[in-house]
Amino acid sequence: MMAAFVLIVIPIFSSCSKKAELNDEKTLLIWHWMTDRDETFQTLAGQYKDQTGIDVRFELYAPSDVYTYKVRAAAQTNTLPDIYGILGESRDISKFVNAGYVPDMAPYLDANNGEWRNVFFKEALATNEFGKDNPFKLKPGTYGIPIDVTNIQMLYNKDIFKKAGLDPDNPPETWEEFLDAGEKIKEAGYSVFVGGFAEIWLINSIASCFAINLMGFEKFENTLKGDVPYTDPDWIKIFSLFDEMSRKDFYISGIVSMVNKQGERYFAREEAAITYNGSWSVNVYSGMNPELNYGTMLPPKLKADNPVMIQGGAGSSFFINSRSDKIDVAVDFLKWLTDRKQQLYLAEKTNNLPSNKYTFDEGSKGILQEFVDDMDKMFHPQTMRYSEHPRVLEMMGKGIQAIIIGKKTPEELAREVQELKQNLM
Amino acid sequence: MDKLYDQKKLNFKSLLGNYTFILPALIMFLLFNVYPVFLILKLSFYEWDGISPLSAMKFIGVRHFIEIFTKDKLWWESVWHAGIITLLALTLQNALALILALAVDKGIRGGNIYRVIFFMPPVLSGIVIGLIWKWIYDGHDGLLNHFLVSIGITRFEHMAWLANPETALYAVAIIHMWRGFGWGFIILLAGLQNIDTQLYEAAEVDGAEAWHKFIHITCPLMIPVFILVSILTILGTMQIYDLIVSMTNGGPEYYTEVPITRILASMQGENRFGYACARGLVFGGMLLILSMLQIKISKRLQKNL
Repeated sequence: MMAAFVLIVIPIFSSCSKKAELNDEKTLLIWHWMTDRDETFQTLAGQYKDQTGIDVRFELYAPSDVYTYKVRAAAQTNTLPDIYGILGESRDISKFVNAGYVPDMAPYLDANNGEWRNVFFKEALATNEFGKDNPFKLKPGTYGIPIDVTNIQMLYNKDIFKKAGLDPDNPPETWEEFLDAGEKIKEAGYSVFVGGFAEIWLINSIASCFAINLMGFEKFENTLKGDVPYTDPDWIKIFSLFDEMSRKDFYISGIVSMVNKQGERYFAREEAAITYNGSWSVNVYSGMNPELNYGTMLPPKLKADNPVMIQGGAGSSFFINSRSDKIDVAVDFLKWLTDRKQQLYLAEKTNNLPSNKYTFDEGSKGILQEFVDDMDKMFHPQTMRYSEHPRVLEMMGKGIQAIIIGKKTPEELAREVQELKQNLM
Repeated sequence: MDKLYDQKKLNFKSLLGNYTFILPALIMFLLFNVYPVFLILKLSFYEWDGISPLSAMKFIGVRHFIEIFTKDKLWWESVWHAGIITLLALTLQNALALILALAVDKGIRGGNIYRVIFFMPPVLSGIVIGLIWKWIYDGHDGLLNHFLVSIGITRFEHMAWLANPETALYAVAIIHMWRGFGWGFIILLAGLQNIDTQLYEAAEVDGAEAWHKFIHITCPLMIPVFILVSILTILGTMQIYDLIVSMTNGGPEYYTEVPITRILASMQGENRFGYACARGLVFGGMLLILSMLQIKISKRLQKNL
């Protein structure tokens, strides 16, 4: 009987007391999934407590898919914390907003002539913005606060370039130059390209960059809308690029079963010359190989008339729980967190790009500055007028894998993707 | 009359006492096992994204089940992949487990050490096993290719076993069998050690050889154990997930997709919770039918032997 009491009653009471503690006006609870930033968050929370007396508790739930399930389950049971992150695309964010779990932050951002809004890179805020005619029929507004920004580019190893007789300060700009450089890298005994192509979002990301450059932004968006079919010659040309690289033996062995972390390891170990990865990888590479000598380059240009664009936007964003009774306290904390001083600390400790555009005003951060320099070339699927169905994206990514291993032709993939798209429309 | 009444009262009291003891377990079972099944059944008839409040669910009848049975080619491919791994596990894995259990049962030297060694893979985390073997299978600097080259087989020097659609599924199946045979081994060994040795001694007196003893004594008496091992193998293998996620993530393309990864894909990527529940129910039904068939066939075999 005593044992039953200990096992059942005590945990109930202790959980009640924890809940009461968290309901305290002076305590903010934040859920996140960022293992690499947890320690820094804890330090910042300590500093905030010293300054304001508010006890900010960062709770880490990782890996990201576990976190995703936790947040969804909490939404269902109305137990979301004061501040949390939503992992996913605009479709996912819209569902949380629609269900009444996220308030519009625009009134806070626009107060005092947009004082808070003006500190952010506009591309970072745009990721969490829903415009007038958004496809999700949400009230226009800005729903999340970015704490960092990210963009994805091609990275190249300068030392391998030198060994291959290439100019390390002038990476290839066009597709033809890229192919020539690839041949020289191969001759020098290195794999040309490595990347986490087991992760279909990464394949789709690079395919989107190529597509926007080749067909222009409007035609790309019209494909998402359903007006341009995937069987269009431009799309077949995009799929053919992956085929061409495969036939030229540019990919590192086993690329389609390689997760991004594995791809990062090979690039850090200087076994491949070029990769496609985000600004977050700066932190990863500095941990794996501090001596790695590399630079950023834009994806090779396919059409001279159209600009090259890279995928990017808010890296990680925080959302306030609209059912929290401490919304103002949460807003104050997020304002503090996105202030220049805290952003600089975060950037220095975690090597992520700050969302506050004034952070690097007093000097660059080496390779990070290269990523910052290309912020004006960014696009993000969440800022587009239309979004693609997840099943189409899955089929496209998996289909490109099939092209790489020679199991599908670009024409076959185009036909299959279009067929699915039509069925879903 | 009073005595009868007292007896009944005593029986009722004792019954009440017994039920009071099992009540906590019963409540837990109903709450965490039975209720979720009914909830899944309910959700499978609704369109729901898993985020919106339950009140926003839309009733769509059996449309999800119609989609699964008529349009969902990928789902049935994933079932086929799990079926191939299950078939390999049922035959090769369990045959190996039986051979090793027979060897240890015969009292080979170091039997206890073998027990520990064989039972190590099953107690390791599937994700850890998957990541280690992913490295061993790696086409670039994997241990397997290094070993093959060192013994003169240079053909596979850059073979990426998990990226090749011809080998990926079998590469995962081999690791699944390596990981799983320890369970079979332990259960089969326990079964073998329960057989009365006098039966073997009597057979020896009658002049029976090892093979005859195995066919006429071991096999019939081990049938209940074979049934148990087979059912556990089917249920465990059809639900394979951790190794797939850590080794191939369902790729290349859809070549190593299995039912659980497809159920998760419909929940996570597509936000179709109702459809995921319908897939889960169809899958559960299939496993139930398979297990019942297995029991029926095994019972018939037991009668014939």
